[in-house]
Amino acid sequence: MEELSVNHLLGIKYLNEADLQLIFKTADQFKEVINRPIKKVPSLRDLTIANLFFENSTRTRLSFELAEKRLSADVVNFSAASSSVNKGETLIDTVNNILSMKVDMVVMRHPNPGAGVFLSKHIKASVINAGDGAHEHPTQALLDAYSIREQHSNIAGKKVVIVGDILHSRVALSNILALKKLGAEVKVCGPLSLMPKFIETLGVKVEPNLEKALNWCDIANMLRVQNERMDTSYFPNTREYVQQYGVNKSLLSRLEKQITIMHPGPINRGVEITSDVADSEHSIILNQVENGVAVRMAVLYLLASKIKAYAG
Amino acid sequence: MHQQLLLNAEQMQITLQRLACQLVENHKDFSQTCLIGIQPRGTQVLDRLHTILKKDFGLSSVEVGKLDITFYRDDFRRTDKPIQANSTSINFIVEEKQVVFIDDVLYTGRSIRSALTAIQSFGRPKSVELLTLIDRRFSRHLPIQPDYKGRQVDAINNEYVKVCWNETDQEDAVYLVKK
Repeated sequence: MEELSVNHLLGIKYLNEADLQLIFKTADQFKEVINRPIKKVPSLRDLTIANLFFENSTRTRLSFELAEKRLSADVVNFSAASSSVNKGETLIDTVNNILSMKVDMVVMRHPNPGAGVFLSKHIKASVINAGDGAHEHPTQALLDAYSIREQHSNIAGKKVVIVGDILHSRVALSNILALKKLGAEVKVCGPLSLMPKFIETLGVKVEPNLEKALNWCDIANMLRVQNERMDTSYFPNTREYVQQYGVNKSLLSRLEKQITIMHPGPINRGVEITSDVADSEHSIILNQVENGVAVRMAVLYLLASKIKAYAG
Repeated sequence: MHQQLLLNAEQMQITLQRLACQLVENHKDFSQTCLIGIQPRGTQVLDRLHTILKKDFGLSSVEVGKLDITFYRDDFRRTDKPIQANSTSINFIVEEKQVVFIDDVLYTGRSIRSALTAIQSFGRPKSVELLTLIDRRFSRHLPIQPDYKGRQVDAINNEYVKVCWNETDQEDAVYLVKK
């Protein structure tokens, strides 16, 4: 059988289509595992994984931690808010200190783009990027693609629109890269002030009109407006954003077909989507969360299989 | 590559019939018993036995499941080649049931060791038995023996047992193959 072409998961950019399919196939089996009465397998029982979160996270950190525990790995957690990072320690020093405690894999979220790549060049452990600044969030893209595959049985040929703050979103970039590799058509939709320059070079089209975009697509992935990353005002006010780019029930009922609504979370209810849409039968938001654990188990398992036991 | 025929299609059918009879002898109406095929190749044996139980013995409600042991193997990160996981489908709880594991070839016993761990995720069985079409004697790494066996074979290290099925290999046969 095949194995992953990489030793670290730093971004979708470094994966090929076979890697993506292998992760999905493995995730299928883990999804069955996490629906058993006893949701645990012993595969990673002799490995230790450090979760290093230099940036806030609830969902991703919990999801990784659950995935690690269901694979029987030992887990250590670290969050920057309560650590020596605030005392001026460098990233390498922090991580090397943690690694001298014999850690085999590192899951890291960091506010700086490229932090994962940097780390992977300097330490021996496998690195999994759990979000680096506005750059990539590969496991989110994997679970989004996996959820589409589950809902629509295939990704190739599907039409996906990513709506919202594309400029500050690592989810958008990773999603675009993954979906394109899997043969989907992708459009992005949002205020032009929140569109990165040269986004078309990724092979996506920009559609500024939400209703047109939704009429075109099979799946709409709604992104949150990332106020915390905004150094200036990108649109006049939230009310105007909601009127132009918020999805609500009446907009969905005007469409010619039924579309699937996705959201990576956290949702700002009433901004990018209204509550009745988030909780409707169109939405697969909670499926995404469940699939997140299965997909992360698959990634951890496949990367761990490349760490040889007793390799010095 | 040299191969010796151990069982032809007719002999295989007779052997499977006998194994089914032995199961019925011990488990009667199967009300407290479930049959679990070990992925990937034990499921073929399971399917055949299940068909015989239905057709010849009128046992139409036997609980059957397929168990994949990949995530429970003791050689994870110790073999050069990664192993592809197969699907598990067990839609019932094995708590207080008599479980019969079904596999094609029993060799080192390590797969069955993994299966014994894996099945615990579905409850605590009352008992576990092992049925295997071919038992390779004198090659066990662990103290595991079959309760029902189709045929015993003595094979040396550079030989292996190849089980072929009509569904996948265009014939029913068992061969002893020299590498």
